[in-house]
Amino acid sequence: MATFLGINLFGLFGQLLVGLINGSFYALLSLGLAIIFGLLKIINFAQGAIYMLGAFGAYLALQYLGIGYWAALIVVPLVVGLLGILMERFLIRPIANEDHLYSLLLTFGVALVLQGLFTHMFGSSGLSYAIPDALKGGTKLPFMYLPNYRAWIIIASLIVCVGTWWMIEKTKLGAYLRAGTENPALMQAFGINVPLMVTLTFGFGVALAGFAGVMAAPVYSVSPDMGSNILIVVFAIVVIGGMGSIGGAIITGLGMGIVEGLTKYFYPEASNTVIFLVMVVVLLIKPAGLFGKEA
Amino acid sequence: MKISKFNIVLLGLALVAPFAFYPVLLMKVLCFALFACAFNLLLGFVGLLSFGHAVFLGTGGYVTGYLMMNTGLTPELGILAGTIASGLLGAVYGKLSVKREGIYFAMVTLALAQLMFFVFLQAPFTGGEDGLQGIPRGHLFGFIDLSDNLNMYYFVLAIFLFGFWLINRTVHSPFGQILKAIRDNEPRATSLGYNVNDYKWAAFVISAALAGLAGSTKTLVFQLASLTDVHWHMSGEVVLMTLLGGMGTIFGPVVGAAVVVGIQNFLSGGELGNYVHIIMGLIFIVCVLAFRSGIVGEIQKIVKRNFG
Repeated sequence: MATFLGINLFGLFGQLLVGLINGSFYALLSLGLAIIFGLLKIINFAQGAIYMLGAFGAYLALQYLGIGYWAALIVVPLVVGLLGILMERFLIRPIANEDHLYSLLLTFGVALVLQGLFTHMFGSSGLSYAIPDALKGGTKLPFMYLPNYRAWIIIASLIVCVGTWWMIEKTKLGAYLRAGTENPALMQAFGINVPLMVTLTFGFGVALAGFAGVMAAPVYSVSPDMGSNILIVVFAIVVIGGMGSIGGAIITGLGMGIVEGLTKYFYPEASNTVIFLVMVVVLLIKPAGLFGKEA
Repeated sequence: MKISKFNIVLLGLALVAPFAFYPVLLMKVLCFALFACAFNLLLGFVGLLSFGHAVFLGTGGYVTGYLMMNTGLTPELGILAGTIASGLLGAVYGKLSVKREGIYFAMVTLALAQLMFFVFLQAPFTGGEDGLQGIPRGHLFGFIDLSDNLNMYYFVLAIFLFGFWLINRTVHSPFGQILKAIRDNEPRATSLGYNVNDYKWAAFVISAALAGLAGSTKTLVFQLASLTDVHWHMSGEVVLMTLLGGMGTIFGPVVGAAVVVGIQNFLSGGELGNYVHIIMGLIFIVCVLAFRSGIVGEIQKIVKRNFG
């Protein structure tokens, strides 16, 4: 048994890995929330339900359509993103000029309906989804055993997160998006179709959650309440990081996953609560959040 | 509150209601009505959407339940203790959450509530998933037997009227005027020299304590304290009650609570029991899209248009 200063390294790295996996999902979900918030100034309460929808999408696609994991990884986010576009166009846009709290409540209602619907159809016990053949097995590292699928989650979500960050911060499309965040009226005057941009952005943010859902299907149990459980944690992470930056959302998500993993190893009783406690500390010291801009 | 004929009729109806309806259902409505009124004090009169108000309902319930089971406290003292516990928790949570506004406030309160959810799940004295069961109702002031549903009903009614009166009094006091000023134009309230966060905090504590009062009372009625009362679903339900009844109106939350409890009661008996959350979600969506003033708000509009 590899130990260092009395610490069981196998256990520690094992929990760190679990933390990194959770952190990858936190990062994907809070990234989606941050993108939507940037342009629409609303928090999508249905983001968790859509993540759940993504996982069920992968499950159902395999069961009924014979669509495997790799195809689902592309198809499901597209379908989910399309649903998001419809949701923005027909539910959120009509109340875009009202207090933003109403759109929060609206998306909460959508989340309740989706979760209720899937609980009704599939029960609340989880379903399982097999790891794709290409990613079965694992690699034995000197200090731990690394299952291939888990390595894939971390790599794939990092690629998607960094890619999204690059697209928004470094490309012309991203520049439009950031300008639309700053001053939508001026953008409209320059001939940019801002409402279309808003709709597509919402669709993209939602598709990220769908993507996370497909990724999550083989590692977590596919169940109707998987989304609401993770979403509340992601909300705490969003408060910790602040909605100021895309990069901040990614870093905070991964970081909090690691913090959670370390807590699971050193003081397991607090592993469920540690992120909320970090949020309390951040609120006391830096109320705007670590990357937040507003006072 | 001015004592109008309308109010006297309502009070008369409340007094005879247990002879027409099942008292436990009426008590459930009253507890949730008080909970929703407490919540509405924040949402309707300060403009703060707390998405974690269930934590105060549940904390009051657990504290009262634990004390009633393990000490010989009389019910009124047990309820008082639960209310104070929720008020204290509200003082801490309020201090943390009023630093953030709008959507952030909603997320902070939700996350803080989830923190307590896990505490109640893991703590040794809460019974975990089972909760506290078989809590004795006890004897009010040591001699009125509350295991009698009719006695219990009038006790609950008295508590509700006290809470309702207190909220009404708060809303119509100079303090309440400042709260409304903050709701309508916060920078202006600040520039007039009011320390906005202190006022928000005070309203938060009152709201939390009254939510605790509702939870403590509910625990005695059902002789049960469980995780359901701390769950975020419950936080969502109280938002729905307030929205449906009419936020920012005095009677709205009462009407909303009665309608929501009525719907749940109706559905849970029949084949539609599985659809409760779907139907609640749909009501949410319809309310937000087409019906933002709520039942009482719409009635007030009609009255104003035709008789005003």
